[in-house]
Amino acid sequence: MRQLQYNEALNEALIEEMTRDEKVILIGEDVGAYGGVFKVSKGLLERFGPERIRDTPICESAIIGTATGAALMGMRPVAEISFIDFILLAMDQIGNHVAKIMQIAPGLLELPMVIRTEGGVGGGIGCQHSQSLEALFAHLPGLKIVMPSTPYDAKGLLKTAIRDNTPVMCIENKKLYALKGPVPEEEYFVPIGKADVKREGKDITIIATSFMVHEALKAAEALEKDGISAEVVDPRTLVPLDVDTLVASVKKTARALVVHEAVERCGIGAEISAVLNEKAYDYLDGPVLRHAGLNVSLPQNWHLEPVCIPSADSIREKVKSILG
Amino acid sequence: MESLKALDKGLVERMHEGMLRIRLFEETQSRLFKAGEQEGFTHLYLGEEAIAVGACLALNPDDFITSTHRGHGHMIAKGGDFKKMFAELYGRTPGACLGRSGSLHIADRGIGMLGANGLVGDGNPIAVGAGYSIRLRGTKQVVASFFGDGASNQGTFHESLNMAASFDLPVVFVLENNGMSCGTITASVCKVLQNLGDRAVAYGIPGENIDGMDVVEVYRTVGKAVERARAGKGPTLVNCQTFRHHGHFEGDIDVRTPQQIKEAQSHDAVADFEKRMLRDGLATEKSIRERRERIQALVDEAVDFARGAPKAPAADAMKFVYAE
Repeated sequence: MRQLQYNEALNEALIEEMTRDEKVILIGEDVGAYGGVFKVSKGLLERFGPERIRDTPICESAIIGTATGAALMGMRPVAEISFIDFILLAMDQIGNHVAKIMQIAPGLLELPMVIRTEGGVGGGIGCQHSQSLEALFAHLPGLKIVMPSTPYDAKGLLKTAIRDNTPVMCIENKKLYALKGPVPEEEYFVPIGKADVKREGKDITIIATSFMVHEALKAAEALEKDGISAEVVDPRTLVPLDVDTLVASVKKTARALVVHEAVERCGIGAEISAVLNEKAYDYLDGPVLRHAGLNVSLPQNWHLEPVCIPSADSIREKVKSILG
Repeated sequence: MESLKALDKGLVERMHEGMLRIRLFEETQSRLFKAGEQEGFTHLYLGEEAIAVGACLALNPDDFITSTHRGHGHMIAKGGDFKKMFAELYGRTPGACLGRSGSLHIADRGIGMLGANGLVGDGNPIAVGAGYSIRLRGTKQVVASFFGDGASNQGTFHESLNMAASFDLPVVFVLENNGMSCGTITASVCKVLQNLGDRAVAYGIPGENIDGMDVVEVYRTVGKAVERARAGKGPTLVNCQTFRHHGHFEGDIDVRTPQQIKEAQSHDAVADFEKRMLRDGLATEKSIRERRERIQALVDEAVDFARGAPKAPAADAMKFVYAE
């Protein structure tokens, strides 16, 4: 199958949806001539013009507010906040408006908007450009949250998100943009709310998100040599969470480890662990454990970065300590 | 340009020295970064030297500054130590922030540098708080807040200027107007860009629009604003027109045309000032060359120091989360 980079797959999703529906627009800092900080909107300005590919001033709150207003009036805006760290400037718009408008006026207002952003540690760019803040948004009822880990999922989920009438946050990862993977030429969609078993196994379920899916897969491969068969499940969507797939996997393996880059405390791993505790307790041979980022503000120091987040090696060690 | 003869000779030399210190530090940093000696982000101050130097010469050593993502120049102008700075950029423990904060978040409380900043526009409210503290403590200090034209379109600009004006706080808002909002040409997202100092009218404070490439003009204008602030008469907005010689960050693909970049680089505050010094008999080719060589030797020495300094140990990753 054709190979595309993750950012190219997202770019193609935008092109297809913008070509199909002129109500789809892209708005954000540096999305136009610059082509997006991670080059997701490369070439779109030339293709769709400055009215639909809207460069904005540096003003995250107004970007989300503008997208909200446009969505209320029937457009399908995709708002880009290049680094998720900057989204904290727009928290009021997201928390008090984007997540709530449809519930304030049930059945009367729809908010078909997407907020594209990214997170993750990479390359020594420090604590204000490396956070994984997905859990903040999972705490706000009214938002759907997807975190694609492959080019295939990125394109399929973004297309689905753009057509969804509920606000969707698409949280990408800076280490994934250059990742290549198979993407079909023909149109396809990835459903929101559906997890994906990325690797089958029988001894333990590793539930990993975003870039950590790839580290978990590497770990699973190495664990094979240790005589351990690990299943790797990628929730792909954090809200709504595909509990059935997670429970089904745990029923099979009786062990679960949740891995994410975000700091451990109150991360999405806490929610997943709680859900499995409630829904799969009888099938578990031990507690659901977490392996996540250290509870520290990331130093802008590339020597210390690897210490602060999980890796294939550390996941392998963690699994061995659970089963050993 | 006006003669420098009317100025104190020592002041002229400090202006030249200060600008050269920034220029040679940043040119060296650009080379080192390109050579792959550091990872992460580095945003250089090349082209804008006259603003930091002119403004900081108008401050007392115990006054404060807040900075931007382009913070090396501000730190050097405020008296930053080359060794502590390069050690920070290399992620080494003798760094100004113990090697944990890097280029993007460099700070040194000891010299009144309250911190570079990874969030565009977030220094201004912090400067307001520093100003408020000065008022409460009755110390007659002043705080200068450096920020850019991009930041002037963030909500924090309005909130900060209004509050500082309302409380007559001792803050000087120094707007470095380089015409670029990260990767985007600000003129495409901002209706009135040339005289951003005029926005002061809206807050009932003085506003100035000056040539930010002329260190003397910056020194005089900021000096007047500092005097006003110290006298308890409140803030001033100083819009300094300037040029960014490099891209948003090192390695960036600049959206400006080669012609536009060439034009920006043709405005050189350091070369212009040296011409004036020569013209007015305040320097000779030899004295300028010697000053350059002396400063470059200090830069090189600091780089060697940083290269040889210890890296932060992995065991320290979790240090500093809470006050000791």
